[in-house]
Amino acid sequence: MRRLAALLLLVPLAGLAAGAADYAQLPGGKFRTALKYEDRKGDARIAPFALMRKPVTNAQFLAFVQAHPQWRRDRVARVFAEPRYLSHWAGADALGARALPQQPVVQVSWFAAQAYCESQGARLPSWDEWEYAAAADETRRDARRDPAWRERILRWYSHPSSQALARTGLQAPNAYGVQDLHGLVWEWTEDFSSLLVAADNRNQGDADNAKFCGAGALSMDDRDNYAVLMRVAMLSSLDAEDTTVNLGFRCAKDLK
Amino acid sequence: MKKLLCLFAALALCTPMLSAPAAAAGKPAPLPRDSVYQLPVQLIDQDGKRFAWASRRGKVQLVAMFYTSCQYICPLIVDSGKAVEKDLVPAERERLGILLVSMDPKRDNPAALMSIIDKRKLDRARWTLASPAPADVREIAGVLGIRYRALADGEFNHTSALVLLDGDGRILARTEQMGSRPDPEFIAAVHRATARP
Repeated sequence: MRRLAALLLLVPLAGLAAGAADYAQLPGGKFRTALKYEDRKGDARIAPFALMRKPVTNAQFLAFVQAHPQWRRDRVARVFAEPRYLSHWAGADALGARALPQQPVVQVSWFAAQAYCESQGARLPSWDEWEYAAAADETRRDARRDPAWRERILRWYSHPSSQALARTGLQAPNAYGVQDLHGLVWEWTEDFSSLLVAADNRNQGDADNAKFCGAGALSMDDRDNYAVLMRVAMLSSLDAEDTTVNLGFRCAKDLK
Repeated sequence: MKKLLCLFAALALCTPMLSAPAAAAGKPAPLPRDSVYQLPVQLIDQDGKRFAWASRRGKVQLVAMFYTSCQYICPLIVDSGKAVEKDLVPAERERLGILLVSMDPKRDNPAALMSIIDKRKLDRARWTLASPAPADVREIAGVLGIRYRALADGEFNHTSALVLLDGDGRILARTEQMGSRPDPEFIAAVHRATARP
């Protein structure tokens, strides 16, 4: 009985929309991104923003789907989410053994991630914001020059993605108080479809088939930063309705 | 698999029952789940007229994204649309709408859109140039499978595609081959889609 009471206390909490405490505040400023664009000279400028400390969980996404049934997997518009959307859940509004409440939600499309963040009065982070937050380790805001840190991040990418996902929040917070940016899931960014990798320009020399309008091709400024390179390659290969077994998201907000 | 079959059977049984009363009440049938018109966004055209994206429903549409200040590929996108248009017989042409959606709504106001209509002598019976709200551009690009990035100098880096939609907004065909010699397979799809009312 006492257990039930405790459960009853917990349920409304878990169902609550992400509150201010779920977001870390990041000061922003000048940031040297690993992406090099022909048209962008110097550093990126990042405005102060708030970022969810952890990726969105199955429990949080379930609450969203229940409140917005048009995002149930059996009702969602196909243009917004491919057939694999939430296909690992036990039902259209039930999680089940393959989707534990505190695991990060995956198999979500960009449209669904957008809609979730919008429902929280938030948005998806931009690529620059995500990379900026993910440059930090536990003590330093920019640990990217440290080969040991890079090595540690890279090790995760060599794990097979068939393993069950860990719960969110198990890794130590980084210098901004944000967790799981590496080592758990890949994450959508608001501007994922602005990542136009030059190598995708398959028909070079044929003006009729030129893939991009104008200059501004993307290349990597930091060739040793494989972790970022892989993220970019992955995001640049996706369409907005796509989902994958290890792609989730977290939301961001402007700070005024 | 058996479960899936049951689902299909249920759908086949239910759909006529569900849609009949709606039709009787004069309401349009619900949009198919794979319709790009599921996106609830508004646009403003070259005449300053506001319209719902979904209001393009009911006619076969050729859709592309562009922006008016584009120097290189965007004129080719207009060329592609014109080439498709030219290849159709008048009856087919009547059944086609052509919509160019701007990815640069901050600068592409109605006057800027109209200047392209004039400069390129586009037939306004068929062509509509329109700008969505800035916040909606990436979603429209998302349903059309277009990638873009704003460059520091105001230009855009983007992929180009012509997308053919049926009357309900389902994608029938897509080509990334731009210019005055359009993709023959794509042209064939346009002929098929506009062959009958």
